[in-house]
Amino acid sequence: MRFSALSIILNGLSGNTNWSAHWRRPEPKPDYDVVIVGGGGHGLATAYYLAKIYGVQNIAVLEKAYVGSGNVGRNTTIIRSNYMLSENNPFYELSMKLWEGLEQDFNFNAMVSQRGVLNLFHSDAQRDSYTRRGNAMRLHGVDADLLDRRAVQSLYPFLDFANARFPIQGGLLQRRGGTVRHDAVAWGYARGANGYSVDIIQNCEVTSIRTSNGKAIGVETTRGYIGCGKLALAAAGNSSRVAAMAGLKLPLESHVLQAFVSEGLKPFINGVVTFGAGHFYVSQSDKGGLVFGGDLDGYNSYAQRGNLATVEHVAEAGKAMIPALSRLRVLRSWGGIMDMSMDGSPIIDRGHLDNLYLNAGWCYGGFKATPASGYCFAHLIAKNEPHETARAFRLDRFRRGYIIDEKGQGAQPNLH
Amino acid sequence: MASLIPCPHCGSRPKEEFVVKGAAIPRPAPDAGADAWFGYVYLRDNPRGPYDEFWHHTSGCRRWLIVTRDTVTHDIYASRDAAKIGEATP
Ligand SMILES: Cc1cc2nc3c(=O)[nH]c(=O)nc-3n(C[C@H](O)[C@H](O)[C@H](O)COP(=O)(O)OP(=O)(O)OC[C@H]3O[C@@H](n4cnc5c(N)ncnc54)[C@H](O)[C@@H]3O)c2cc1C
Ligand SMILES: [Zn+2]
Repeated sequence: MRFSALSIILNGLSGNTNWSAHWRRPEPKPDYDVVIVGGGGHGLATAYYLAKIYGVQNIAVLEKAYVGSGNVGRNTTIIRSNYMLSENNPFYELSMKLWEGLEQDFNFNAMVSQRGVLNLFHSDAQRDSYTRRGNAMRLHGVDADLLDRRAVQSLYPFLDFANARFPIQGGLLQRRGGTVRHDAVAWGYARGANGYSVDIIQNCEVTSIRTSNGKAIGVETTRGYIGCGKLALAAAGNSSRVAAMAGLKLPLESHVLQAFVSEGLKPFINGVVTFGAGHFYVSQSDKGGLVFGGDLDGYNSYAQRGNLATVEHVAEAGKAMIPALSRLRVLRSWGGIMDMSMDGSPIIDRGHLDNLYLNAGWCYGGFKATPASGYCFAHLIAKNEPHETARAFRLDRFRRGYIIDEKGQGAQPNLH
Repeated sequence: MASLIPCPHCGSRPKEEFVVKGAAIPRPAPDAGADAWFGYVYLRDNPRGPYDEFWHHTSGCRRWLIVTRDTVTHDIYASRDAAKIGEATP
């Protein structure tokens, strides 16, 4: 079934009763050429590009709960490619280019909205470092504009420019950044992969990995044993646990990140704005709710819920940036488990077994990476060599001293 | 996360008084070699369940503690001074 203006009109005329399911619910087969563990954005995108671009057939995605139950359905939907380091920038820019063509590519409305991402700065030093980042982006061919205070004022007049402690001096704007409806990304890739005969097997938790002669030969799951030619791990916040099943210890910690949605408002905030003096960022969904968040709670966690102290902290930072928020009511808050790496950057690499592939360490920036992560991981699985934009995301970089520390925080995952 | 963390010196205190450092793993000897140091700095068990962590009682006695905490339920099973029992310091 393809979406088109005609199909929407015809289905509307028949009372929308004739739409079919977007993906099958197959019984697992005894074995697959490629088994992907984790049906989040990255696992599903990997399956889609493996089948579509690299022509691999006989793929399964094993998801312990349901499609969209993990971070792909919990994030605050921001996409951007405003990275400074040369190891990161081309990869995130590939992702941005894939976002720009995604809806046509997988024939699904993901509400990709390039409404601009603005990072505010509040001091001369911060302006200098944002200028440097903007210049690095431009050298990589990525759009970046440094706005002075007046220009920010004309975009967002309601910010607290005169804040006594953190006056707003300006901001770094990436106009091509924006938001994407996160559920639709999971559904679009699932539907797309299904169209290439990928089996998406839900309620199927991998509980152990069987190995023989230095290879992964299959996985035990809550739905029985499934054999594999190649095994690809994309379990996000549970990466350490799944990798441990194959005897691999990772440079990761799992941490909880919270997000919030307010009651619906009239159009108020056009783009995405981040506070440079505290942990707060905000955008407005098309339904009208403000979607916002802050920083990690700070302690290791596998519980998809956070603490009230962080809620208060986020609210205070939000009020410092937009005083009008004090009258806002919050409707919902939730948490997701982030695979925080030791340098804040991801890993897309082969594992210690011959046919084991690893995709992890996305920290809280993995949603924007979804298309490129799937694309590059598929490349690695199909060709056994890294995609050119993902060469730096090696697992052995920590041992060898080639860390990619965008924030300059060192090996302290809760600070990245 | 539990709201209170038991400190062996100060009793049960609000967790906002503490700062978490992370895995309480023993520091290798200076000459233990690159592998041992690589493991210490970068690799983590990252368990789903009980976990030994360094917490600093920053707004209290300012001692480093080793707190055994469940990463799913956030129950705290034990808390002891890091130095007293001769264990690793962060
Ligand atoms: C509150 C919040 C806000 C965020 N905001 C942003 C943002 O604005 N922009 C951005 O770029 N990123 C953001 N992120 C980060 C982003 O959501 C993640 O980095 C990204 O979604 C991780 O990749 P994924 O989609 O594959 O993860 P997930 O959707 O978590 O997929 C992993 C899947 O693996 C499954 N799994 C785990 N263990 C097993 C097992 N043993 N067997 C089978 N399946 C298993 C899980 O059930 C899960 O569905 C945010 C995250 C959170 C929590
Ligand atoms: Zn104390």
